[in-house]
Amino acid sequence: MDASTQTARQPVRMRGRSYVAFVFTPVVPIVTWLADIDATLARSPGFFTGKPVVLDLSSVDLSPTAIAHLLASLDQRNIRVLGVEGVNGDKLTPNMPPLLTGGRPSGLTAAEAENYPQTKTKTRTRTKSASLLLDSPVRSGQSIVFPDGDVTVLGSVGSGAEIVAGGSIHVYGTLRGRAMAGINGNSSARIFCQRIEAELLAIDGYYQTAEQIGEALRNQPAQAWLEGEELRITPLN
Amino acid sequence: MAKVLVVTSGKGGVGKTTSTAALGAALAQIGQTVVVIDFDVGLRNLDLVMGAERRVVFDLINVTQGVAKLQQALIRDKRLENLWLLPASQTRDKDALTDDGVKRVIAELKTKFDWILCDSPAGIERGATLAMRYADEAIIVTNPEVSSVRDSDRIIGMLDSKTVRAERGERVEKHLLITRYDSARAARGEMLSIDDVLEILATPLLGIVPESQDVLKASNVGSPVTLNNAASAPARAYIDAVRRLMGETVPMTVPVARKSLMNRLLRRRAA
Repeated sequence: MDASTQTARQPVRMRGRSYVAFVFTPVVPIVTWLADIDATLARSPGFFTGKPVVLDLSSVDLSPTAIAHLLASLDQRNIRVLGVEGVNGDKLTPNMPPLLTGGRPSGLTAAEAENYPQTKTKTRTRTKSASLLLDSPVRSGQSIVFPDGDVTVLGSVGSGAEIVAGGSIHVYGTLRGRAMAGINGNSSARIFCQRIEAELLAIDGYYQTAEQIGEALRNQPAQAWLEGEELRITPLN
Repeated sequence: MAKVLVVTSGKGGVGKTTSTAALGAALAQIGQTVVVIDFDVGLRNLDLVMGAERRVVFDLINVTQGVAKLQQALIRDKRLENLWLLPASQTRDKDALTDDGVKRVIAELKTKFDWILCDSPAGIERGATLAMRYADEAIIVTNPEVSSVRDSDRIIGMLDSKTVRAERGERVEKHLLITRYDSARAARGEMLSIDDVLEILATPLLGIVPESQDVLKASNVGSPVTLNNAASAPARAYIDAVRRLMGETVPMTVPVARKSLMNRLLRRRAA
């Protein structure tokens, strides 16, 4: 209860974050352009669902009514427009998506976007390597570095051993060494172990040494995760 | 089939040399032909513990470098005719050891002996890595104490990665030998318990050798403890360990402080 009142008093934190958005650049005649969109949707239905879409109107000169009609046509195809760019703000009514500026090109090109449904299945088969399974104890002095994903250890991690993972770390045994998860800026990575006696735990660069880990937690199943900029360690169960 | 066995630990002073001599002698006593090799080039001690220091002419380095023949360097034990020693050089250092040289010597010894016991130096450098390099089995000597246990953990990791067997994808069979176990201190919680050590190292236990004056006495007269006083507690522990190495099932006994009542009576009387 104390914790909830504390969090309520904290100031609201604003954070910048970037996403890759699909930018639609309609060309006249709009009807033909919409037919092209329909063709894409026929190949892969739901392709644009849940994806941020931005409408770039710089290559056409449309009246407010025409813009409203275009937005409605896209809405019918389940394409929700996040924002509009390349148009005078006067032409947008309050119930239209907001005007966006300052967009920068990203590496994702139209060709890649069209190939996306096919490549998706390819990456599925490759995701096998997104976790590393070790079925023997990790001994003192050994360093396991796996930046691509999760590391699972069936056994203990000895004092003086080190596990570095891009994703989460799971130890089915006693964690006596160092565990560093989410090294590539993955702040949602976690560390799980059956018994915690760790020398150091770190997630996305935020760390705690053995001395900072509460005595009450020791020798118990525990997990560590990142809450904002604070590394939290709690017993499992 | 000759077996190459490395006696190793990482940490110094835990009892590698004492154990090599005691195990070598115990194996020879049950009729095996045994050679013990000292890999501690520059700081040799196995010759002293075996009581052969006055008979060293050629050494391991001379043989690896082709200066002497193996037969010239091997020293036969005075008490057991099937126990031999290949001493280290005291005037050189570990850089004098070469991978090729060690490989050749071990291959030649394999044709003549049942057991080749390699007494590793402390540390994880050249001497220690070459001592374990050609091993089929390993005895990890550990004291029930945190620094020794962590060093042993490090050595086990190296046995699993730096040996020829590991590189071929095979296993080096590992045995844990806990030495200098003091039952009175363990009862007071001043030492790690056997269970703690086994839990940390996750390696099968070969034996528990109690801390004893008999070990020091035997070293001082240049005799492996299993020969000097076969009835003593440490000698019995080594003999049991050898029987387990030979594949026998011998029940494991944790030494207990039996003399505590006597000691208390004596101490009270003295005070």
